[in-house]
Amino acid sequence: MSPAQSAEHPETAQPPKRSSREVLDASDISRALTRIAHEILERNRGADPVVLLGIPSRGVPLAQRVSARIQAVEGQSVPTGSLDVTMYRDDIGLKPPRGLEHTDIPADGIDGKVVVLVDDVLFSGRTIRAALDALSDIGRPRAVQLAVLVDRGHRELPIRADYVGKNLPTSLVERVTVHLTEYDGQDAVLIADKGAKG
Amino acid sequence: MKHLLSAADLSRDEANLILDTAEEMRSLADRPIKKLPALRGRTVVNLFFEDSTRTRISFEAAAKRLSADVINFSAKGSSLSKGESLKDTALTLQAMGADGVVCRHGSSGAPHLLAKSGWMTGSVVNAGDGTHEHPTQALLDAFTMRRHLGSLDGRRITIVGDVLHSRVARSNVLLLSTLGAEVTVVAPPTLVPVDMSRWPCVTSYDLDAVLPKSDAVMMLRVQRERMNDAYFPSAREYTRRYGLDKNRMAQLPDEAIVLHPGPMNRGMEISAEVADSTRSVIVEQVTNGVAIRMAVLYLLLSGSNEEEQTA
Repeated sequence: MSPAQSAEHPETAQPPKRSSREVLDASDISRALTRIAHEILERNRGADPVVLLGIPSRGVPLAQRVSARIQAVEGQSVPTGSLDVTMYRDDIGLKPPRGLEHTDIPADGIDGKVVVLVDDVLFSGRTIRAALDALSDIGRPRAVQLAVLVDRGHRELPIRADYVGKNLPTSLVERVTVHLTEYDGQDAVLIADKGAKG
Repeated sequence: MKHLLSAADLSRDEANLILDTAEEMRSLADRPIKKLPALRGRTVVNLFFEDSTRTRISFEAAAKRLSADVINFSAKGSSLSKGESLKDTALTLQAMGADGVVCRHGSSGAPHLLAKSGWMTGSVVNAGDGTHEHPTQALLDAFTMRRHLGSLDGRRITIVGDVLHSRVARSNVLLLSTLGAEVTVVAPPTLVPVDMSRWPCVTSYDLDAVLPKSDAVMMLRVQRERMNDAYFPSAREYTRRYGLDKNRMAQLPDEAIVLHPGPMNRGMEISAEVADSTRSVIVEQVTNGVAIRMAVLYLLLSGSNEEEQTA
């Protein structure tokens, strides 16, 4: 589904259901992304070495939003793309085959750059492990950093985020759902009990 | 999807899923490391009872780029030439733990038998069976056309040549009509199957009348071994009436493309000028063939079989 399609159908956005509660609203998300953009610039002393790669699906519009904010602050555009990790997942043989998402590596590549991976929720860390494997097949970045909108804990691998929008202590039975305008018609982060579709 | 035996088995959504997946696979060609880990630890057997270089190499490249182990099993110099039955070959492959079998066979229906007999549990991909079907060729043709023409919905596609013996023609007619294209087949009356009424396409005997209304033209190979069977009076007459040369190509609309599944008989069904012209996408078809076969192998073999069957 392309972001354009869902943007045309805002009615597909579901109002929060009974057992789900909103933990971040649109302005919280906006502020968090602005802060992340500034932290990326501060840590890397400017935008020069930075390449932003969003992990589909919701990491991609997040990367684009961070990119737009960096552009607004520095007056300089940051190469921004997407990195599909489907074929690098460690559970690929355990689940039915999935379609691939789009991988779009900026024209100048990632060699010698600081790649900032952008994703919506950091949970077990397995997606990021897959992303690191995918990156190593594409090139050799000088460094890889990780930006996530929500860190909900429960890591199963030694992976941590460099930039976090919100640390969200959760229990394993809860579900964290990120809604973005590009896909869902509105910006929100929701927590729901397992079973409740949030 | 467990097997790919016929283009007719594919719904429009499934066909589009394969084409979209192939689009992602194709971008791999631009990368320094042309390898993906998706089929690591899986075994793909290329079981070729008929000689084929391009299709086998294409499948082999596709499987290797997905990190599968590839075993090539061709009729010459193997137990197959000693008269082993298809069943015993299948049992052998099963015992070796083949996850996927790519089968080319001179008899129509052999891959179907392999898939449905219960002799083996792996996925079967039909790589051409007799005069029946060659679904991955049709997929790569559709993929090539889609890259040039955009959506195939309502596009007019003309297939010219020996439709009677061509598995490529049959698979293409079925797949292209599934994708919404309007297909016309053009052939000498002797090389058209007896009953075309069940094919989702139009039949014509006049190439010149059809060309100006074609967005893509696919020339089929005239199989030289057929020439002695008196399907047409002489090779020259065939070329005059059904060959694509520079003058005929000039009748095509500006954006139209020319395809050929290969190997070409230059000067027979297609002239060298046409084959080497900018409208010809014949070399690109080969590149796209690897991407399509990667997509098919990925979608058939990457997941777990148990869940796939219940899904």
